[in-house]
Amino acid sequence: MGRKPDFKLISVAGEAHTFPSSKPTFLCFAKEDCATCNLAAPLLQAFHDHYGDAANIWIIGQSKDGNLRLQDRHGLTLPILDDSKLLTSFAWDFEVVPALYWCPGGDGVETHVEGFVRAEWQSLSQALAHAVDLTPAPIDWASLPDWRPGCASRHLDPDIYERLKAAAEDSPIRARRIEIAPADDTAEFMFDQGFSDGLPLVPPTPERVLRMLAGTQRHPQDVIAEMPPNMGEATIEKIAINAVMAGCRPEYLPVIIAAIEALCTDAFNIHGVMATTMGASPVLLVNGPIRHRIGMNMGLMALGTGNRANATIGRAVRLVVRNVGGSKPGGTDRSTLGSPMKFTMCFAEWEERSPWAPLHVERGFKQDESVVTAFAMTSGPVQIVDQESRAPDEIAGSLALGLDSMFLSKYHMMPVDSLLVVCPEHIDTLMRDGTYSKDRLRDRIQHVTRRPLRTMVADNISGAGMTRQAAAQLSPEQLDRHVPKFAGTEYIHLVVAGSDAGKFSSAFHGWVTGAMGSQSVSRKIDEHF
Amino acid sequence: METILDPTDERVPVARQITPRTGNLSGIIGLMDIRKPRGNILLDELERLFGERMPDLEVRRYAKPTFTKPCPDPLRAQIKAECNYIIEGLAD
Repeated sequence: MGRKPDFKLISVAGEAHTFPSSKPTFLCFAKEDCATCNLAAPLLQAFHDHYGDAANIWIIGQSKDGNLRLQDRHGLTLPILDDSKLLTSFAWDFEVVPALYWCPGGDGVETHVEGFVRAEWQSLSQALAHAVDLTPAPIDWASLPDWRPGCASRHLDPDIYERLKAAAEDSPIRARRIEIAPADDTAEFMFDQGFSDGLPLVPPTPERVLRMLAGTQRHPQDVIAEMPPNMGEATIEKIAINAVMAGCRPEYLPVIIAAIEALCTDAFNIHGVMATTMGASPVLLVNGPIRHRIGMNMGLMALGTGNRANATIGRAVRLVVRNVGGSKPGGTDRSTLGSPMKFTMCFAEWEERSPWAPLHVERGFKQDESVVTAFAMTSGPVQIVDQESRAPDEIAGSLALGLDSMFLSKYHMMPVDSLLVVCPEHIDTLMRDGTYSKDRLRDRIQHVTRRPLRTMVADNISGAGMTRQAAAQLSPEQLDRHVPKFAGTEYIHLVVAGSDAGKFSSAFHGWVTGAMGSQSVSRKIDEHF
Repeated sequence: METILDPTDERVPVARQITPRTGNLSGIIGLMDIRKPRGNILLDELERLFGERMPDLEVRRYAKPTFTKPCPDPLRAQIKAECNYIIEGLAD
């Protein structure tokens, strides 16, 4: 059966015992609260009494207190070795106690049995006798049951197993381990270290991070991106640590990884998004089948609280930006006011309720692919209220007027993204007389928001807009020219979300859109795990 | 004792010595415009003052493509190779 890992364990009597040994070795992993281990203990004592001069007969017990109880209960004198840390149990990799190993040469394992099968134990006693050249130990085998099942080994308890796996030599964990003194409060410690966005964090223990890593097949040390301003390496492991802190479930991890990929492109420019005094923040929109699989909210309260996936995916992404990228308020995040979106802003499109192609399909992905899209937004969600319109062009006109206030109603011809989230009741009104396409809605928005250029000139009400000097260079006809809100319809992004009840749509307002600022980026989510 | 994993990039800042202050400037000084509006006005004035008061100092001007993005690595390397000193005009 081959060789098992070496160990050096201390017995209840305080003596060190090492494996491999120069003597034939018969060892049995056991735990005190297992009935079958209690059946085996007197047998092992009888083996020790008979073969003990020529062979090691050891119990390896899985808890300190249990070892003492087992010893007292059965009057044991054989060495009971302490594996209360369960490192040896983990390394020997068995499932059930009693787990018996017969190593005739003191090193390689010849026989391994688990639980109690009388015939197996009897045969092992004979093998032991043969190896040490003695008669078999005098045991009344007929008085013992034919068979008894064992119990699951203690090292397989889920919490313990994950801790052992995280500490094992082949552990995928490479991040620095921070030991928090018992007198310290972990939650307070994490605030003090500056890990937090201002809200409490889930402690990223190695066990939790391992569970999080199960959410992806990517290697934990894969570098997804170098994240400014510190150009920190965003590895899968570091993303998983921040996802744990944010409160994510492992199945959210692929969305977070794809979002980080999107943020760290030159097009999205997370450095500028975070650094600007305008207070921009990523807004994440999820499309495709993963919305349902991980239970994202796209209906009632889609842009609000109460859904774990929406809330914690957005938060995890922001924590990666903070902790790995190093962008912190007062450091390179220079927001004048900031916004609650800096905590988290992530939601899903209600594709099934939308009459339109979903956003990811518009962008060239397949309907059955899952995709996350990152927008850089400075305001939102800004509610657009219209409970009265009953005609498609009326509701489209109201949505246009809602967008007219972006930045300042005076500003027009803006090369700036907006993300309009149209609620189901507004969709129903739009579609009342048949299909009302996205392009028609975009055109309607541009048409309704048209204003003469002269209304955009700085005046005594507001000094913003076109300078008086620039306006003076234009003819009256030029100043009468009407211009729309957006520099092009491509800046108007349309999705559907919200509950079936309520005539309230909402809009996010962008930052500096384009090569000099930020462009929205979509990334396919790798769902294969 | 609870163990947690470090969520940061674990970067250890490099400790650097301040260059000795001799009271004189000589060589090449770079003036870096990050391209925020009016940053050039500050740097123009600095260039004028250096020309008046330290005529031996050569001034070279640099500019980032845009203030919104990090400085491109080639420009960073060029400045490092060419200059003894650099002054960067920040924003707002």
